Amino acid sequence: MNHTLADVLQISALIVALALVHRPLGDYMAAVYSSRTHLRAERWVYRAIGADPDAEMRWPSYLRAVLAFSAVGVLFLYAFQRLQDRLPLSLGFDPIPPDQAFNTAVSFVSNTNWQSYAGESAMGHLVQAGGLAVQNFVSAAVGLAVAIALVRGFARFRTGELGNFWSDLVRGTIRILLPIAALAAVVLVALGAVQSFAGPQEVQTLTGAAQQIPGGPVASQEAIKNLGTNGGGFYNANSAHPFENPGGLSNLLEIFLLLAIPFSMPRTFGRLVGNVKQGYAVVAAMGVIWLAGVIAVTVVERQAPGTASQLAGGSMEGKEQRFGEGASSLFAVSTTMTSTGSVNSFHDSYQGLSGGVLIFGMVLGEVAPGGVGSGLYGMLIMAVIVVFISGLMVGRTPEYLGKKLRPREIKLAACAILITPALVLTGTAVAMALPDGEEAMTNAGPHGFSEVLYAYASAANNNGSAFAGLGADTGFFNTTLGFAMLLGRFLPMVFVLALAGSLAQQQPVPVTAGTLRTHRPLFAGMLVAGTVVVAGLTFFPALSLGPLAEGLAV
Amino acid sequence: MSTSTPVRPETAAGPPRSGRSAPGARTAHGVFDPRLLWASLPEAFRKLDPRLMISAPVMFVVEIGSVLTTVLAATDPGDWFGWTIAAWLWLTVLFANLSEAVAEGRGRAQADSLRRARTDTVARRLTHGGEERVPGTALAVGDRVVCEAGDVIPGDGDVVEGVASVDESAITGESAPVIRESGGDRSAVTGGTRVLSDRIVVRVTARPGDTFLDRMISLVEGAARQKTPNEIALNILLASLTIVFLLAVVTLQPFAVYAGAEQSLVVLTALLVCLIPTTIGALLSAIGIAGMDRLVQRNVLATSGRAVEAAGDVSTLLLDKTGTITHGNRQAAGFRPAAGVREADLAEAALLSSLADETPEGRSVVALATDRHGLPARRRDQVPDAAWVPFTAQTRMSGVDTGTLRVRKGAAGAVTAWVTGLGGTVPGAVLGAVEAISGQGGTPLLVAEDRAGAARVLGVIHLKDVVKDGMRERFAELRRMGIRTVMITGDNARTAEAIAAEAGVDDFLAEATPEDKMALIKREQAGGRLVAMTGDGTNDAPALAQADVGVAMNTGTSAAKEAANMVDLDSDPTKLIDIVQIGKQLLITRGALTTFSLANDVAKYFAIIPAMFAAAYPGLDHLNIMGLSSPESAILAAVVFNALIIVALVPLALRGVAYRPLGADRMLRRNLGRYGIGGLIAPFIGIKLIDLLLSLIPGIG
Repeated sequence: MNHTLADVLQISALIVALALVHRPLGDYMAAVYSSRTHLRAERWVYRAIGADPDAEMRWPSYLRAVLAFSAVGVLFLYAFQRLQDRLPLSLGFDPIPPDQAFNTAVSFVSNTNWQSYAGESAMGHLVQAGGLAVQNFVSAAVGLAVAIALVRGFARFRTGELGNFWSDLVRGTIRILLPIAALAAVVLVALGAVQSFAGPQEVQTLTGAAQQIPGGPVASQEAIKNLGTNGGGFYNANSAHPFENPGGLSNLLEIFLLLAIPFSMPRTFGRLVGNVKQGYAVVAAMGVIWLAGVIAVTVVERQAPGTASQLAGGSMEGKEQRFGEGASSLFAVSTTMTSTGSVNSFHDSYQGLSGGVLIFGMVLGEVAPGGVGSGLYGMLIMAVIVVFISGLMVGRTPEYLGKKLRPREIKLAACAILITPALVLTGTAVAMALPDGEEAMTNAGPHGFSEVLYAYASAANNNGSAFAGLGADTGFFNTTLGFAMLLGRFLPMVFVLALAGSLAQQQPVPVTAGTLRTHRPLFAGMLVAGTVVVAGLTFFPALSLGPLAEGLAV
Repeated sequence: MSTSTPVRPETAAGPPRSGRSAPGARTAHGVFDPRLLWASLPEAFRKLDPRLMISAPVMFVVEIGSVLTTVLAATDPGDWFGWTIAAWLWLTVLFANLSEAVAEGRGRAQADSLRRARTDTVARRLTHGGEERVPGTALAVGDRVVCEAGDVIPGDGDVVEGVASVDESAITGESAPVIRESGGDRSAVTGGTRVLSDRIVVRVTARPGDTFLDRMISLVEGAARQKTPNEIALNILLASLTIVFLLAVVTLQPFAVYAGAEQSLVVLTALLVCLIPTTIGALLSAIGIAGMDRLVQRNVLATSGRAVEAAGDVSTLLLDKTGTITHGNRQAAGFRPAAGVREADLAEAALLSSLADETPEGRSVVALATDRHGLPARRRDQVPDAAWVPFTAQTRMSGVDTGTLRVRKGAAGAVTAWVTGLGGTVPGAVLGAVEAISGQGGTPLLVAEDRAGAARVLGVIHLKDVVKDGMRERFAELRRMGIRTVMITGDNARTAEAIAAEAGVDDFLAEATPEDKMALIKREQAGGRLVAMTGDGTNDAPALAQADVGVAMNTGTSAAKEAANMVDLDSDPTKLIDIVQIGKQLLITRGALTTFSLANDVAKYFAIIPAMFAAAYPGLDHLNIMGLSSPESAILAAVVFNALIIVALVPLALRGVAYRPLGADRMLRRNLGRYGIGGLIAPFIGIKLIDLLLSLIPGIG
């Protein structure tokens, strides 16, 4: 079987699987968030945290709950790491230094999972499973909750109420993430991923030397790592490690897991606003961008120049032999465009232009299809901007899903899309202006610049993957990237929730023949163009000095 | 595509106006006059004042850039590049100001001619037992003034005594005088208009300086212009894009330093100005002013830009039946002969009997008989030996006696009495036809003859309220635009239904009282729909105020005009449809130029980025797909294009993009193709051409 056919078949299989799961999963999530009953387990949680799950919240209360919950999460994780040596199951590791502990705490609470540490040689089992893995669930559930709140803003009229954060959080965790993750973990174990609480095993290698091979609750973390678009691996090598990702099939499953919820959220959105076609337009826009990225990176990697590359059927540097170029490229694009950040190959080693596509996938704002929840709300914000401009062109005050886009809505949407580009560009500029940036690079020239740009693009957009090559465990990077993650996650949420509140208060504008129809292919096309052009215009100069300069130098 | 819409793209050949020719002096043409550019130049310079510029954030950034590059050029006076960039940045700002000044200038021309009408009048104020002469400006609300033939009415008010013909051409441009009389719906007079005959007493209803004329002047001058909600929203979006590009350019320097290609501030400023949405930023206020102006050219005055915008959003139109949808008078529409009578005979008899009927109905019967049935037109003196019986309100019949033949035509009851009085009978079938016509909301007229003593009924004439030509098409057009039309009428439900079906309106409100109208508006608004309506009477005032777009007829009462947010000087209720289209056109122009402006950036990047960095990273020269001759000429070409495109688009901004009543999908596809794809391609061509010209200059290429 030639490479092209293999790549096409693999991508097609993935798309078919996603298409099959998109409807039932999307409908299920819609049902979960509009259900009126509580499970017994959920009641226990509500009683324990003292929350009334049926009390409707207006946007300020919803936001306060999101921020308070996340702040507690950061403090808790920070303390956990700092006190690791005094806790059980520490495997004898030292406490994490303050800057790294801050970075890691923020990283996991913001659903970024940027790891400036090497998992297997720094974190004990309790921190991994009781701290980081818990955040893998709840940080994803927070993203889902905010997205659902925004969808309710579109779906509801003449009310300021957006639902209840605690109930959304608990339901997202218990009814959506936990069961799917559990099922996926079992399948991963069956496919060869390890799952234990044992300490490291000592083995004799072929050369006779002794080697410590650490095990742990890998498969369970692997499942939620991808499902929740977290990305923080148990091992430093992440999904390239054979214990995390044993082979081709597990690889495909992991890619499927990281795309499943983000690609199903538009269906949930369509269900909740009462018109599934609206969801189709959004998912189509996401899918087109993602597929274009996959094709671009696969082609560039396959066509890599050089004798060695051509003999190997493409550029194999930094890729696992058991995955090859196709599966690696597919994983790389999927992980950068979903804000996951798990990797099965090293993005630093990709061709210059491929690296550009990966960075571009992140600076799009993680919307194609984006993170769990965050992808949908990011894309809906983009849709608001696109509706505003295209709505004018049909001669009416623009409206989306029966909501008028007035100055207040545009102000909030514009602020929301302003934040991450600002963080990425200023972060990178500060790092480049100070000696810290250049000192951390392991490559010179445009590639070195790409490493720094990638780091801030990844942090501010809550992706969490690294271009590798950058020695980012320094006080400077831990701190600045930490703030980029924190602000990149929670500032947009402020505006998203405020927008939701503003939308929910409106009375519906009836649809007429003069209304811009936002479920048509034309609109999906405009959404693609708008997303790509806005990010493209913002980042073209920066990208031209990194990936483009490198990629076009041939 | 129907061409019946009166919103036509105005061309240099002179716009065909809706209905009538406007007085040349008052309405500046919709087309772009290059001479206006020169005339507006001083104003454009005056607008460079930063305190004025700050209201347009995008252009404010350009102005700061201009100052910055000028200072930089001054520190290095030998640098021709810095000077040239600085000059073109100043031109960019100037062009933006020019577009606004031109738009305002056209309004000012209109204001001036209005102001001429407001000459210093002397008012004859009534005092107890006499009158005194006071300046018009000294009048207070409630004063009563006398105006006689030749007097200029000193202020807005209502006629409380007398009736007079008034020349309102100063306001409306319509030279035919109008009648103003006390009481009723024709009592309002406007300051500045002239009494042509008779004597009236006017009670002043507006303070001097706050009259209708004053408000009109300040509106067309743009003095009262406030940013509309949509304009504010767009400004926010443009400002945030400006911030993004500012960040992209400011952060570029450290990246460039690392790459070993540190950029001069002049180049960075040039890049910034090219990227921020200057095209739409420059033209935004001109678009708004021009939108108001287009209304004024159609003789509609809006009290705020907000109302114009709301007009584009209207989804329900309330239209009065009489005068708007129908001609308002009953006309003969058909003959229904009785059994045994040929239709031609009935038509002949109807014609004969109507020659003595000078009412519009009577004339319409004659017209129907001659036009539709081909009967020769006859004058009364062509009928020999005739004794004419004219129509009177008492007999309710008209007819003629000629020899032994007597013919009568008239109301069913009167003619029935006439026939039975002569011993004839009315057949049941005819009575059935009479019933049927009444049932459809029409009016039946009977035609009968008495030929040598034998009286009989010949048949029935069907009179009905005739729907104006082309209304059906217009309503269909509105439906395609997503606008529902509701006909308002005082007729009973059956009549209303018949006319509604004939005119093709979507719904009707029969036996409508002002309260019903109000309730209908509120109901529509509760459903989120924006409602537009016209009205002229005092009892329309609450509904006019409640409607999102209320258009008062200029002939209406001052209460109606006060409550409305637009006044139609022509008093043409169908104008409402034009107003909606103007509102839409305004929004489309904004959206189209925003799209165009953003799409332009792609080409500018392809010009400037390789020019900046190809020296450091030769691979980036692959991005120079336009093959521009040198880095300096590339950057300069982008800046020059950026400035010139503003001037090139001023006519479009003032005229508005061509509008056709299409559904949203087709409209979007059309505008997106034109301004999105066009905006993507045009600068590639433009920049290349400018670069070619620049490369001819020695030292650049």
